[in-house]
Amino acid sequence: MGKLISKIPDGPLAEKWTRYKASVKLVNPANKKKIEIIVVGTGLSGAGAASALGELGYSVKNFCYQDSPRRAHSVAAQGGINAAKNYQNDGDSTYRLFYDMIKGGDFRAREGNVYRAAEVSNQVIDHFTALGVPFARDYGGTLDTRSFGGVQVSRTFYAKGQTGQQCLLGCYSSLNRQIKKGNVKMFPRREMLDLVVIDGRARGIITRNLITGEIERHGAHAVVLATGGYGTIYYLSTLAVNSNASAAWKAHRKGAFFANPSFVQIHPTSVPQLNEFQSKLTLMSESLRNDGRIWVPKSKGDKRPANDIPEDERDYYLERRYPTFGNLVPRDVASRAAKERCDAGYGIGESGLAVNLDFRDAINKQGKKAIENKYGNLFDMYKTITGIDSYDEPMRIYPAGHYTMGGLWVDYELMTTIPGLYAIGESNFSDHGANRLGASSLMQAAGDGYFVLPNTISNYLADQISVAKIATDKPEFADAEKAATERIDKLMSIKGKHTASSFHKRLGKIMWDYVGMSRNEAGLKKALELVKELKDEFWKDLNIPGSAADLNMELEKAGRVADYFDLAQLLINDALDRKESCGAHFREEYQTPDGEALRNDKEFAYVAAWEYAGEGKPHILHKEELKFEEVEMKVRSYK
Amino acid sequence: MNLKLKIWRQKNAGAKGNFATYRMEDVSPEMSFLEMLDALNKKLVEEDKEPVAFDHDCREGICGSCGMYINGHPHGPVPAVTTCLLSMRYFSDGDTIWVEPWRAKPFPVIKDLIVDRSAFDKIQIAGGFISINAGAAPEANSILAQKKNADAAFDSSICIGCGACVAACKNASAMLFVSAKISQFALLPQGRIEAKERVREMVEKMDELGFGNCSNTGACEAECPKEIKLTNIARLNREYYKAF
Repeated sequence: MGKLISKIPDGPLAEKWTRYKASVKLVNPANKKKIEIIVVGTGLSGAGAASALGELGYSVKNFCYQDSPRRAHSVAAQGGINAAKNYQNDGDSTYRLFYDMIKGGDFRAREGNVYRAAEVSNQVIDHFTALGVPFARDYGGTLDTRSFGGVQVSRTFYAKGQTGQQCLLGCYSSLNRQIKKGNVKMFPRREMLDLVVIDGRARGIITRNLITGEIERHGAHAVVLATGGYGTIYYLSTLAVNSNASAAWKAHRKGAFFANPSFVQIHPTSVPQLNEFQSKLTLMSESLRNDGRIWVPKSKGDKRPANDIPEDERDYYLERRYPTFGNLVPRDVASRAAKERCDAGYGIGESGLAVNLDFRDAINKQGKKAIENKYGNLFDMYKTITGIDSYDEPMRIYPAGHYTMGGLWVDYELMTTIPGLYAIGESNFSDHGANRLGASSLMQAAGDGYFVLPNTISNYLADQISVAKIATDKPEFADAEKAATERIDKLMSIKGKHTASSFHKRLGKIMWDYVGMSRNEAGLKKALELVKELKDEFWKDLNIPGSAADLNMELEKAGRVADYFDLAQLLINDALDRKESCGAHFREEYQTPDGEALRNDKEFAYVAAWEYAGEGKPHILHKEELKFEEVEMKVRSYK
Repeated sequence: MNLKLKIWRQKNAGAKGNFATYRMEDVSPEMSFLEMLDALNKKLVEEDKEPVAFDHDCREGICGSCGMYINGHPHGPVPAVTTCLLSMRYFSDGDTIWVEPWRAKPFPVIKDLIVDRSAFDKIQIAGGFISINAGAAPEANSILAQKKNADAAFDSSICIGCGACVAACKNASAMLFVSAKISQFALLPQGRIEAKERVREMVEKMDELGFGNCSNTGACEAECPKEIKLTNIARLNREYYKAF
């Protein structure tokens, strides 16, 4: 395991971060201006990092593919953001938040990282509040919280069902302040095409200007990837349709290990697919599970309207199977339970691939007004999409690909296996183990960006102050640019028949069918074959009209889909390799008699970090053993 | 249903544009407007023709990327939805649908239906923030805010920056957009400290970038997919008068 050094500081868990900060190397304020840092992505982690690094005085260059940093997909997070404030006096603490995350992640995350994420959560709430994020408040003027999937305390801060939007706009505002001060230079409508590594260190990136098609070189002393997850590998997912893994994948090909790629969260409450042309699945926040009750008819194929089915003919299967947590079980458990009922023939609607999320009892008890106050915008959105008023009849929901716990391997400092290359937010693998708990994504992303990375990166940059501005005329830049140009030429010259999206859709179907909520060896092997065949077909039959020296959205898509074929193969191999069920990774061969995930701590309590070995060669597996000093690995039970 | 589409095609900012006509057959009423355009683009690519360029991303009405004039309305004829959530069930067999980019001088066309909205970012850069560094914030509950003000701030803050208000306005005014941010911060105690500088600088930038004045027509409010209220503009005016 020589290459994987997690750099977890010594000392008791609760003191590790404090001790780390006390001993970390610092960069003199006068030297910071001379140091350039590239941040790719402008979501909560990217815009947070770019702002915080700008505030410290570094020279930051921030990139995004959208026309404005305000559109990064953090904007779509709905339900809330966790913090261990214990404002409710309900027994919450940093330790409890840490424990919930470790347990929720099914003991496949690093204790030190997770504890730190819980620790900085309070600073995140303080900061967002100070930035003017309009969180929900109580009548006395203090901040309100609610409880959220998979926990028994009320620690989730929220702004109706638009918490992500509000937090992202907070980050965007702090980013704008640094742009105005000249500390951050913004490069919108740029796509990262490659990472430039010089003498083993990350020193820059190659981008494509999405308006002019121009290929550009950007140098820096360090590069931070804040490029999000790869949930769109399923084509239909709750992600923005342009979200992609290409930046992370390019970094992986240049030497950054990719960890636990098979850990993909399938969110239990999305609007089911309505038609075959559908381009995405819209999430209905799991906060709805606080008041909504999930059920299917007790008899198979019962197609009566939900309201005509009497109480004693309804199966509230989550409350039945998990009496302690009921409808609030973690996402992986809720998703699998929905799939189990639908596969067994109890699903509702024409497709049979949906379950009811019913607010009848909550409305009777609390009144329509109270429900409207909490979830009004979600009910509106549901009605806009489906035409159905869920104040009168249940919502129909079904699981959809959502969040990727896997990502680039990083150490405690959030540095990848390439010195000077960092990965933050969803693009790294670090804090959620095999399953992420609700409202901890915004928390981790903002924590990484504003409070962790700005502290850890100085440990690296302190040794870089004598390094001159990185010149982009070095051969490594020329080589990376040439490779990027050649790949574009290759894609443009296929001149086949079909769109990149049509291949993406077919890839997504393979992934959903064989590498989705439940997996088995035969299916995974079949998926490997199918992906390989489809990849070959793609490189023979893709068509991109127009020119590469112009705004060309088909070319953008094609590059992303091409990378997804390669990531898909790694994801499947990781799922094959992990012969256990844990969190969101459910291998049918490894389950308890009553269908719950069966972990194998003896053989699989490790992070699977994969090294790229070259085109067409099998990846090399490095194992980072997970040591639990503070908590005992237990069977995760929500019964 | 079968539809006739009249779509604005323009190669780039400098080129002359024109309406191209496309026929779409078997459009499902369950598709969204953008999925219908996806289907058109699939057809075009398969015929080796350049697809229609349009901005889009989240496809759930929150990122603000998408936006086009559809039959004379920004985001189409249905109130309170973005183009990505506009359902085809609102159209009928045989309809002719006119699709155009936002038309406003501060939003020059980049290609087809894509316009340059960076002027919006520039206004936010001028003053749309509260000056606080990471690490300097006080304990969150040490800043108390009346619930009704916090709720009102939220109602203003949900602007998605799509530009429909500017496109709808005969003066290409950005007052609704600017006033939403001004209101959000004006209503919260933590935003009061820089209220004067903020409103002066954002309004100055808005004028400098060529956005027109507000003449109280209310088209912006009527077309805003997030139903941002005209009262925000009244608050902006009050804040502006107080700032000198």
